[in-house]
Amino acid sequence: MFAQLAWRNIWRNPRRTAIILLAIFMGVFSMIFFAAFSRGMANGMVNNAIDNLVGHIKIQHPDYRSDPDISHRIDDPRSVMDEIRPELPDGSKIVQRIRVEGVAANARETAGIEITGIEPSKEKGVSFIGDAPIEGEMLEEDDEHGILLGAALADRFDTEVGKKLVLTTQRADGETQSRAFRIRGLYHAEIQATEKAYVFITLDAARKLVGNKNCATEIAVTLPENKADRALEQTVSKCKEALKPFNLSVYDWMEQIPAMKAYLAMFDMFLYIWFVVVFIAMGFGIVNTVLMAVFERMREFGLLKAIGMKPAWIIRMVLGESLFLLIAGCAAGTLCSLAFTWYVAVTGIDLGSFAQGVKMWGMSRMIYPAIDIGDVIAANAVVIVLGLIVSVYPAVKAARFTPVETMRQN
Amino acid sequence: MNAVSASNVSKIYMQGDVKVTALNKVSLEVAPGEFVALAGPSGSGKTTLLNLIGGLDEPDGGKISVNGKDFANMSSGDLAELRLSQIGFVFQSYNLIPVFTAEENVEYILQLQGEGKAERKKKARAMLDDVGLEGKYDRKPAQLSGGQQQRVAVARALVSNPTLILADEPTANLDSVTGESLLRTMREMNQKHGVTFIFSTHDSMVMNAAKRLVSMKDGAIVDDKVK
Repeated sequence: MFAQLAWRNIWRNPRRTAIILLAIFMGVFSMIFFAAFSRGMANGMVNNAIDNLVGHIKIQHPDYRSDPDISHRIDDPRSVMDEIRPELPDGSKIVQRIRVEGVAANARETAGIEITGIEPSKEKGVSFIGDAPIEGEMLEEDDEHGILLGAALADRFDTEVGKKLVLTTQRADGETQSRAFRIRGLYHAEIQATEKAYVFITLDAARKLVGNKNCATEIAVTLPENKADRALEQTVSKCKEALKPFNLSVYDWMEQIPAMKAYLAMFDMFLYIWFVVVFIAMGFGIVNTVLMAVFERMREFGLLKAIGMKPAWIIRMVLGESLFLLIAGCAAGTLCSLAFTWYVAVTGIDLGSFAQGVKMWGMSRMIYPAIDIGDVIAANAVVIVLGLIVSVYPAVKAARFTPVETMRQN
Repeated sequence: MNAVSASNVSKIYMQGDVKVTALNKVSLEVAPGEFVALAGPSGSGKTTLLNLIGGLDEPDGGKISVNGKDFANMSSGDLAELRLSQIGFVFQSYNLIPVFTAEENVEYILQLQGEGKAERKKKARAMLDDVGLEGKYDRKPAQLSGGQQQRVAVARALVSNPTLILADEPTANLDSVTGESLLRTMREMNQKHGVTFIFSTHDSMVMNAAKRLVSMKDGAIVDDKVK
């Protein structure tokens, strides 16, 4: 009957109950949707970072990260790839690349860039360049004179498809080497800085440029999407074990871009701060509503005490009313936000109108909100637990009314 | 052992900076099964004395005991327990829980006493039948007349088998016919169950029905007649 009384009490003033339910609904809805949107945005940023020639796993010479010089190369990348291939989950993709620093120049401009030698057909699904929209043509496998330029870099050089560009870098023997390439295409990337940083030539052309016929500076692995999170740690340790005789380093993507890992940790913290901020706004509404409901029923609480109801039972009843409100609001907010988020997760949210801004921040143009069950539980837990805590004040107030005082009020 | 024993009980209220003596060294003994009316004009101290006897308020002086239990030695929790198990209240303005039906209002007090669902339903209906509310179990207070609501309040006060019922001007909001009928019901309950009744009233009909009439004025008992 306590529950029955509490339930009926909250419907004594349907308009007030509807308003507070709406506030809880909006709060929970915004918490869950904002969390999913933010996670979708973070996922997009992580995927962009992984696509940006990082991959889930990378194998390099131990000194290459601190000094990305051709002298810190992998001399026999084929053998390394053959060694780790059995350790990778089905559907994994593996590529070798040469990445060296160099200078690009034409008649108008000179700029420091990263020369990236790739096997063009194998980059599909591994890095952004495999799937990037290209004005002009993609490089052919045997194209020893072609080059792909970022659209932003082409703007800076005031050049276009078909024109020449000279690349200069250091050879494996320490000498400087320059070669002219013809621009086959201009690629577009999610991040503008990428377009300015990388130029792509074929792996064979890069080998010729650095003067070593077999080498690579890195081997990158991309895991299948559905296994990327679960299999990463295990695959990294298997690769490390397999590559012990080679004296090479194996990194997962978080080791390669530690700033992203730190960002994600900070992002989690901000999300929970957001939850608390939303709750604080909502909490005032809850306290106010419960207090109003308590003060309206002072006489009744006095009566309940007069007939022998103990203060603890009154506290339990008022908290029961709050609990009903909180559960009803949370349930409605959660169901609607999940339904809406699932719908939006399929269609995606197009940030096209902010295209320049999102490019600058490394975000994807399309955001696909991602529901994390932990966020859903956290949002509900924050609202219900803190909601009950803030309801203790009006509940104690109700329990403290003395029968005589309340009767005298009327 | 007396059902109620009040000895030299005083109560002073502050109205702003002015002290108002609501009760001035009042003494009253009520034996079990008595049907007592506290009569007197407004401000004579009737309601204050009832509240003190019911443990709803604390005296500023004197001693009160119900069924031999001295309030001075009891905590607020003990007093709540005593009210729940031994004292029933009937208020002038009924004070029913508006969201409960008549049956639930009566049943609720049994739940507070820890009675099982089936048993409390049976007792609540029987008590409503006793006060003449057969078939009105599912009506909420707003769907009942004043007299019917007061009957529900009487049923609620009686259902927990108290030894003492304190009724604060129970007929004040009722017409004479309804008031008389209610009074008859309470008298029957007094005779049938041996429950002690103490009323506060300034209704001559209630005073006539009482077996003992205690008259009060200015916070003191001025007359005490057994009929």
